Amino acid sequence: MGMTVTEKILAGHAGKTGVQPGENVWVNVDVLMTHDVCGPGTIGVFEKEFGKNAKVWDPEKIVIIPDHYIFTADTKAHRNIQILRDFVKKQGIRYYYDPDFVKAEGMPSPYLDPKNTKYKGVCHVALPEEGHVRPGEVLFGTDSHTCTHGAFGQFATGIGNTEAGFVLGTGKLWVKVPPTMRFTFEGQLPPWLMAKDLILTIIGEIGVDGAIYRAMEFAGEGVMSLNIEERMTLANMAIEAGGKNGIVQADKVTLDYVQSRTKKPFEVVTNDASAKFFFDKTYKVKDLVPVVAKPHSPDNKATARELKDVQLDRAYVGSCTGGKLTDMLAAASILKDHKVKVETFVMPASTEVHAEMQTRKIDGRTIEQIFLDAGCQVGPASCAACLGGPIDTMGRLNQAGVKCISTTNRNFPGRMGHQQAEVFLASPLTVAASAVTGHVTDPREFVA
Amino acid sequence: MEKTIKGKVYVLGDNIDTDQIIPAQYLTYNPSVAAERRMFGRFAMSSVPLPKAGLPKGNIPFVDQTDPDNTKSPYAIVIGGKNFGCGSSREHAPLAMAEAGIKAVVAEFYARIFYRNAVNGGYLIAFDSPQRLVDKFNTGDVAEIDLEKSVIRNVTQGTEFGLAPLGDVVPIIEAGGIFAYARKVGMI
Repeated sequence: MGMTVTEKILAGHAGKTGVQPGENVWVNVDVLMTHDVCGPGTIGVFEKEFGKNAKVWDPEKIVIIPDHYIFTADTKAHRNIQILRDFVKKQGIRYYYDPDFVKAEGMPSPYLDPKNTKYKGVCHVALPEEGHVRPGEVLFGTDSHTCTHGAFGQFATGIGNTEAGFVLGTGKLWVKVPPTMRFTFEGQLPPWLMAKDLILTIIGEIGVDGAIYRAMEFAGEGVMSLNIEERMTLANMAIEAGGKNGIVQADKVTLDYVQSRTKKPFEVVTNDASAKFFFDKTYKVKDLVPVVAKPHSPDNKATARELKDVQLDRAYVGSCTGGKLTDMLAAASILKDHKVKVETFVMPASTEVHAEMQTRKIDGRTIEQIFLDAGCQVGPASCAACLGGPIDTMGRLNQAGVKCISTTNRNFPGRMGHQQAEVFLASPLTVAASAVTGHVTDPREFVA
Repeated sequence: MEKTIKGKVYVLGDNIDTDQIIPAQYLTYNPSVAAERRMFGRFAMSSVPLPKAGLPKGNIPFVDQTDPDNTKSPYAIVIGGKNFGCGSSREHAPLAMAEAGIKAVVAEFYARIFYRNAVNGGYLIAFDSPQRLVDKFNTGDVAEIDLEKSVIRNVTQGTEFGLAPLGDVVPIIEAGGIFAYARKVGMI
C-alpha cells in the first residue's frame, strides 16, 4: 500500500519497507535538539539512567540552543545555562550556541552586535539557519513547536525530558505512526493574507483537538508558493490542533534554502501516488480573509473585521512562529508610514533575523529603524514573552485585563504572563495594522 | 503496577494545557535537583482560572498555598475532559502532578506529548474514559480505580464507570517507564 511522506520517513528510519498508521515503531534519530528550559532536566535523566560518565550516542547529532530564559536576572536561569555549557564541554557536543554575554549575576547586557555572538536565539528558527534541518530526516526536540521543521519535508516533533534523555543515550525512540490529514490550498495568497491566517483558519475549523495524534500535511499552490519561513509558520502551529507533526513536501524552495545552509547529504521523501489520507480538505484561498484567535484558545476564531471594536493595550511581534524575517518585513511594510498607538514590542526570533533587520532597508531606512521610528520597543532575539517566562521578561503581560494582539502561537490562560491577560493571535500584518489603530484591524485597511 | 488507586478526586474541564498545569515562570527549577523538584508539586495547577479550579464549584485550590512549605495536594486522582495536557512539551506537567501526589488522571483523551511523558516518565497512569466524567464527579469525592477490571468507582456517590483498556503502552506502564522497559527487553 502507498505511504504518505510522514509514514515513509518513519518506515525508513525504522528499517521497514512499510508501516501502517497506529503501528508502534522504534526509529533512529537524525537530530536531537534541546534548550535551556528542558536541557538541564534531560541531562539529569541521561546521567541518572546511563551514569555520570556515560557518553552520548553521537555528539555530532545533538544540537543545544539556549533561547527561552536568557534576558532575565533569574539566577536559576543562569545556572541552567551553565549546566548546558558544562555538559557540552564534557561530551564534546559540536553544535552549541552559547549566550556568551551571560557572564555574571543580574540581568545580562544583550549582545552589542547580533553578528558578533555565538548566541542564536529561538531554537526553531536557529536550527534551519544553522543547517540542522534536512528533508527526509527524523528530528526530535524538547519543545512542542519542534513540529515547525516539518516545513522542510522531514518528520519533526516535540518530546519530553525522559524521552530526550533516552535519545541522548541510544539515538532511538518509539513512535506511533500517525495517520495523515491533508490540507490543500488552491490559489496564491493576496498580499494582505499570510500563512498565519491559513493555519488559524484550519485550527478554528477543526479545533485545538482536531488533529490529535495526526500528521498535518499542507499542500497546494497556496502553500507551495510560500517561502520557507511562511511554511514554517504553518507547520509550527500543527501542535495547536494537537497534531503530532506538520509537514510540507520538499521542493525547489526547500532545497535552495537547505543547500545554502549545509553540505550534509540527505534524501528527499515524498508521498506515494497511492498514499492514503485520513482526511482531505481543500480551501480556495480567494475565499479566505485575515483571522484572529481570540482569548483563550487558538481555535477561538473570528475575522479581524468582526473584532474591530476590540480596543488593545499592547501589540507583540516575535517568537518562532512570528519573529522571522518575513514576519518583520510584513510588520514593517505597514509601520513604515505610521506611529503605533499602543505599546508595541518587536522581538526578533534569532540573531540572524536581528542582523538582517539592521541591514535590510525599505525606502532608505533599516527595518529596525522603521520599528523604532514607529515607536516600537525592539528587544534582543529570544523566546521572550511568548511564553511569559520569568517576571522580568521583556514584553511579559504582568497585569490582569491587558489586551495584547500577538504574532505568537498560543493564547491559553496565562501563556504570556498574567492568567487574566487576554491574548489575540494574528498575522504580523494584522498585528502591525492593529498597533497603528489601537484596535483589532484587518490589514486590508493598509495593504491593497 | 498497583491493582487499585484510591483517593479524593480533583475535577477539571476541557483543554487543560500545560501552562495551566505548571506555569512557565517555574520552569527555571531543575527537576533533577530534589529540592527544586518538590517545588513543582507546590505550583501544580496554579494557573487554572479560579472559576474552573475544582469543578463543579470552582475556587478550590489544588495545593493549599497558606502553608509556605506545602508541596502536596490532598487529591490522588484528577478527572479531566477533552484534550488534557495540550500545549507545550514540558514534562514538568505530569511531573508536577506526580510531585503533588497524583497517581492517575482520567480524561476523555489527551494531548499526545503529555500522554507520552506520563507513560515514558512513569509519573502517573493516564486513563481514557469512553464517557465524559467531568459531570459525574465532584471535587472531593472519593474514587477508586480498579486496574484489573478497568473501572472507576465514585465511592462517595455509589456509581461506577468503565475505562478504556490501557492498550499497547501497558508493557511500558508495567515496567514503570521507558528506561525500565528498555532494560527489561534488553535494549539498554
